[in-house]
This record gives sequence, structure tokens and C-alpha cells, in this order.
Amino acid sequence: MAGQLRVYRGRIKSTQSMQKIFRAMELIATSRISRARQAVAASNPYARALTRAVSAVATFTDAEHPLITERTNVRRAAVLVVTSDRGMAGAYSAGALKEAERLIARLREQGTEAVLFVAGRKGEAFYRFRRREIQREWTGESESPTYETASAIGQTLVEAFLDGLDPDGSDADAQRDVRQEERPEAVGDRYRGPGVDEIHVVYTRFVNMVTQEPTALRLLPLEVVEGVEAPAESDLLPLYDFEPDVDQVLDALLPRYVSARIFNALLQAAASEHAARQRAMKSAGDNADDLIRQFTRLANQARQSEITQEISEIVSGADALADANS
Amino acid sequence: MTLRVQVVSAEKEVWSGEAGIVVARTTDGEIGVLTGHQPTLAVLLEGEVRVGTGGIGSGGDALTARIDGGFLSVENDTVLVVAERVTIADTGAGTSGGRSSGRPAA
Repeated sequence: MAGQLRVYRGRIKSTQSMQKIFRAMELIATSRISRARQAVAASNPYARALTRAVSAVATFTDAEHPLITERTNVRRAAVLVVTSDRGMAGAYSAGALKEAERLIARLREQGTEAVLFVAGRKGEAFYRFRRREIQREWTGESESPTYETASAIGQTLVEAFLDGLDPDGSDADAQRDVRQEERPEAVGDRYRGPGVDEIHVVYTRFVNMVTQEPTALRLLPLEVVEGVEAPAESDLLPLYDFEPDVDQVLDALLPRYVSARIFNALLQAAASEHAARQRAMKSAGDNADDLIRQFTRLANQARQSEITQEISEIVSGADALADANS
Repeated sequence: MTLRVQVVSAEKEVWSGEAGIVVARTTDGEIGVLTGHQPTLAVLLEGEVRVGTGGIGSGGDALTARIDGGFLSVENDTVLVVAERVTIADTGAGTSGGRSSGRPAA
């Protein structure tokens, strides 16, 4: 029927225009993957320098620092979940969130309460919808993260971690006041949520173009030397002279190390996001191709049956006329 | 003998090359590193880092950069200046093997 044919033509047209969007998004994602991978590579010298310095300090001193001390009683653990801001990336965000849920369940089995921190709008929406409390979220930069964001996240997490120092909680407030005076510029932005004893990061590790794995990683307390690349064995560390002293060097190094690790996680997640989006858009485009082919068949069929019907109508009309005239 | 110098920011390696002297501000005051310096890890304050082509009082500047605090490590005549943000103020002419790339001032 004429109606049927029009419906098919409409669907072909709309699928075609969607396919154009898919193709454009695929191309954009493809071009951004390489840029995101370059960003990961460019941040490597910094991460390597920090890893080396931190392991140098750790190897040659038995310095005690809150950030590397394992706590006996772990009551709360911060979980930073790195997701994307936009969808259209297949199971990318879902994979990271599933990994995060697994980690949270594991923590709960150990009697640890998870405190949520989220990067990316998708993760935020996920937890908001389930009415789970998010301590802080960072959104809008999942595709090209800046170091500023990473260091803001790092600072917040380190603050939360230091707040968790006192088991009874009586000294925590006093300590917090002291720290605020030390850093007056951070007062308005100071983290005020519950203190934590461990910090975990869940992000999607970029393995290669086809494989990206959601990964959970414990950030604090630091397991020193498990860094991005462990220094080669031949590459012996010299005996360093610390200026002004070991504690202050550690104080300066460790928060930076944490931020660098977070930055690396964000960059890898961005690269993974683009790769996931590229793949999702490619399969969407392929599916659109299939759909268009199917609808074209159906439309042709409808057109043919329409013609057949018209012919038979004309023939029978002519027959009827001939019968009436004779 | 020259120093191998690398200036690294969080986002990328900003500058690397050979130099005769590196001057930076630590928490204890200015530090100048020449060849044969003992292995050191020093905390840097916000301020200027100067990489000079010659020794003390000779040669020009290969690089002057502003950093926002970081650290400096010296070992085997390799100097690493690491800071979250590095803004190159000036790269002198005739840098030997230096690779420089400006970064938009943050």
C-alpha cells in the first residue's frame, strides 16, 4: 500500500541521517585517540621522575610518613570512580561502574565503608539515581583531562586521607583547623566529608586499541615502587642528599606523586573512552547499514506489490467496463 | 663534562639538553648545580630556574623558566627539574641539542 512505502522511505531517510552522525563521531573519536595517547606518553617523564624520587627516598630512609603507613583499623575507604561525561561509548562507563561496584562489595565484606568520589557525569548520574551519597564529583573534562583537575582531585583525596588519621575523631577537628591556617587559600574549598583510611581508584586502563580494562587500584597508603614502571635493576639508585630534610622532601613528593597517578589514570581513561566510543560508533554505523539494506528491500517489495495491485485494479476495471459495454 | 638537564612538567617534558649550570630556589636558599655534584633531592619553591650554558659567571642562559614549586634531583651529572607547571620565560640562542616547546602560560 502507498502508506507502507512512505513509512519505509521515511525510516530509510532517518537511518541514513543517523548513520552520518555515527560516522562523524567515529572519525572524531579516531582522531582523538591518538591525541589522548600522546597525552599519556607526554605525562610519562613526570610520572617516572616522581616514581624514581619516591622510591629513592623509600629505599634509603626508614622515614615514617602518614601517606605510606598502613593503618591497622580500616573503617572507611575512598573510592574514586572515573567515568565519561557523555554516552555513545558502548559499555565504557558501565564497565568502570561495574568494577567499582565489585570493589565496594569487596570492601564491605571486609567491614569497610566506601566513600564515593566520582569523575565524569555518567558516574554521577548513576549514583545520584540510586540515591547513594557522593562526597565530591568532578565533571566536564573526561575527554581531555587537565593536570589542574587531577591535582584538585589529588588534594581532596589526600585531605580526606589525612582526616582519617585519628581513630577516635576527637583530634580530627583541631588538626583540621591547624591545616586550614597553614593553607588559607584552600579554606573555602577544603574537604569536609568523613576521613578515610584507604584510597582506591577505579578507571579504565588503556591496553591497546581493542582492549581497555576497567581496573581497581589502591592509591593510598602507597605501595612504593609498584609504580608505573619499576626502575630497572641495573639502574641502581645513588645515595641521595636530601634538602632540607627527608621529611620535607617526602611531604613535597608524596602528594605530587598521588596527583601524578591520578592524572595518569584520567588520561588513560580518556584514551579508553575515545577508543570505546570509536568502536561503539563503528558498530552503530554498521548496524545502520544493515537496517538501511533491510528497509530498502521492504520498500522495494511494498513498491512492487503496490504496482501489482494497481495493475490488477486497472485490468479488473477495464474488464468490468468491457463487460458493461458488450 | 656537561650536565644533562631535563625540565619536566606534569603534562610533558618541557625542555631537555646539555648545560653547564642549573640554578634554582630551594627552601633553604638558592642552589647551583655544576658537574660532579653529589646526588641530591631538593624541594623547590615557586620561582625561577636558570639553566646556563657555561660555568659560574660565564656563558649565557640556555633557559629561564618559572615553576610553581616542585623538586630537583641530581645524580651522575643528570639534573631533573620537576614541577607541576613550568612556564618558559626565555630560551637563549644557540642551545646545544635543546628541544624546547612553549606551553601556554597557565
